[in-house]
Amino acid sequence: MSDKEPVRDFATDWDHTDPRWVADPYPIWDDLRRRCPVAHTERYGGGWFPTTHEAVSRIANDTEHFTSRTVVIGNGRPLEDAPPAPIGVAPPISSDPPFHQIARRLILPAFAPGPVNALEPMIRDLCRRLLDGLVGHEEIDAGAEFAQFIPPAVIIRMLGFPERDEDLFREFVHVVLEGIDQPVEQRIEQFAPIEEYFAVQIEDHRAHPRDDLTSYLLNVEVGGQKLAPEHVFGTMILILVAGIDTTWSAIGASLWHLATHPEDLARLAGEPDLMATAVEEFLRFYAPVSMARLVKEDVDYLGCAMKRDDWILLGFPAANRDPAAFPDADRFVIDRRENRHLAFGLGIHRCAGSNLARLELRVALEEFLARYPRFELANPADVTWAPGQVRGPRHLPLRLASLEG
Amino acid sequence: MTVRVSIDVDRCQGHGRCFSLAPALFTFDDLGNGVVLDDGIVNEAQCDAAYLAVANCPEHAVSLEESP
Ligand code: HEM
Repeated sequence: MSDKEPVRDFATDWDHTDPRWVADPYPIWDDLRRRCPVAHTERYGGGWFPTTHEAVSRIANDTEHFTSRTVVIGNGRPLEDAPPAPIGVAPPISSDPPFHQIARRLILPAFAPGPVNALEPMIRDLCRRLLDGLVGHEEIDAGAEFAQFIPPAVIIRMLGFPERDEDLFREFVHVVLEGIDQPVEQRIEQFAPIEEYFAVQIEDHRAHPRDDLTSYLLNVEVGGQKLAPEHVFGTMILILVAGIDTTWSAIGASLWHLATHPEDLARLAGEPDLMATAVEEFLRFYAPVSMARLVKEDVDYLGCAMKRDDWILLGFPAANRDPAAFPDADRFVIDRRENRHLAFGLGIHRCAGSNLARLELRVALEEFLARYPRFELANPADVTWAPGQVRGPRHLPLRLASLEG
Repeated sequence: MTVRVSIDVDRCQGHGRCFSLAPALFTFDDLGNGVVLDDGIVNEAQCDAAYLAVANCPEHAVSLEESP
């Protein structure tokens, strides 16, 4: 990142990996929303960044002018009908209509409220065990020692992989999401270990089918046919990537907020009934995920001369701070009753895992607060935020005061 | 006058806000999309929950309809 030209004006030269954007994007977005409201850049081969709720909603619902062929911005452009190997085909997130709906409907039942709610005891037990392991510590890294362990454990369980592979999983996610500045060829190489690992697991599931998502994907039929191996693999990669980094970012950002806003911490610890609105407000205020689209053909859109294959960075987090859509948009309101936030996107690609993400976020916060009703940042300068399209604290050192303390 | 809730199935994407906020009025199908329970008639005690279901649907798929 350091060898890049610093951004001079985000309105004409935005870069979502710029250190200022990574550290605190909100003032930048507010400024762009007033001035643009769709910012432009020549970086990454050209791209646009809509910042209003209206513009983001419009593009998210417009599959005629925009394609999801690639949803993570990088330096390379995907090939016309076969996106390059790495995250290439990861249905349904990288699919457009009409195939999208087929791929999406296949996985939705696994993430519907019934099966997801059944995971609650497991998630609660996991959180308790993680917190038990930290007993006696006055300072912990709530990012690296708590939040980051929760989603991989859940996904491994859903896919039916060995529990001991959680650390490996987090490494995989890191490779996929944080390599945006590397050349495509290098990224393909980095994918080799992931492909090998998945191939072994798939083989094992073929030989010994069981009641999990991997076996389901291997056996499910569409129009009398099993899914192509690339489809199975792509969907598994998607669930790995979409389910892990996103959710730990949301848990971490919520804890960061509570650590830096003692009045909200005291209220939430004292009034557990606030959890339902608080979870939605955490998601609105610190929405971790921005997704990309590609412009299909040259088009004048929202007053912008968009070119074929320009990137669109769909700023769901920026839309969530739009004062035209939310009263007091720049204030965190823990009991906000009306909250049509876009943290999980909008339209046909609405986060398939949103029920699971909400459950993990709620249970993680409930268990953390039950153990530690008071905490603060140990050293604000040690907090680091992940760059790229998923924003959350990687390191979150907290000083704890336990119930007894 | 009766008030009923309804869901526009073409808009619903399964965000799940309605059945979380107003479980007496909504449930979900096996894809996780919202479904109106029974006849969707909102009694007095359910007014607030019904209103919240409308006001929190990101897709504007939930609405209230009045009939005499
Ligand atoms: C707080 C945590 C999460 C956030 C903020 C989040 C956000 C998002 C967003 C904004 C999209 C829309 C993508 C687009 O429009 O291109 C999306 C899609 C998706 N998410 Fe999540 N996500 C989270 C957790 C999860 C989890 C836990 C899973 C599953 C284990 C998951 C699985 C998916 C899938 C499969 C899609 C693609 C859906 C489609 O294209 O039809 N996500 N997510």
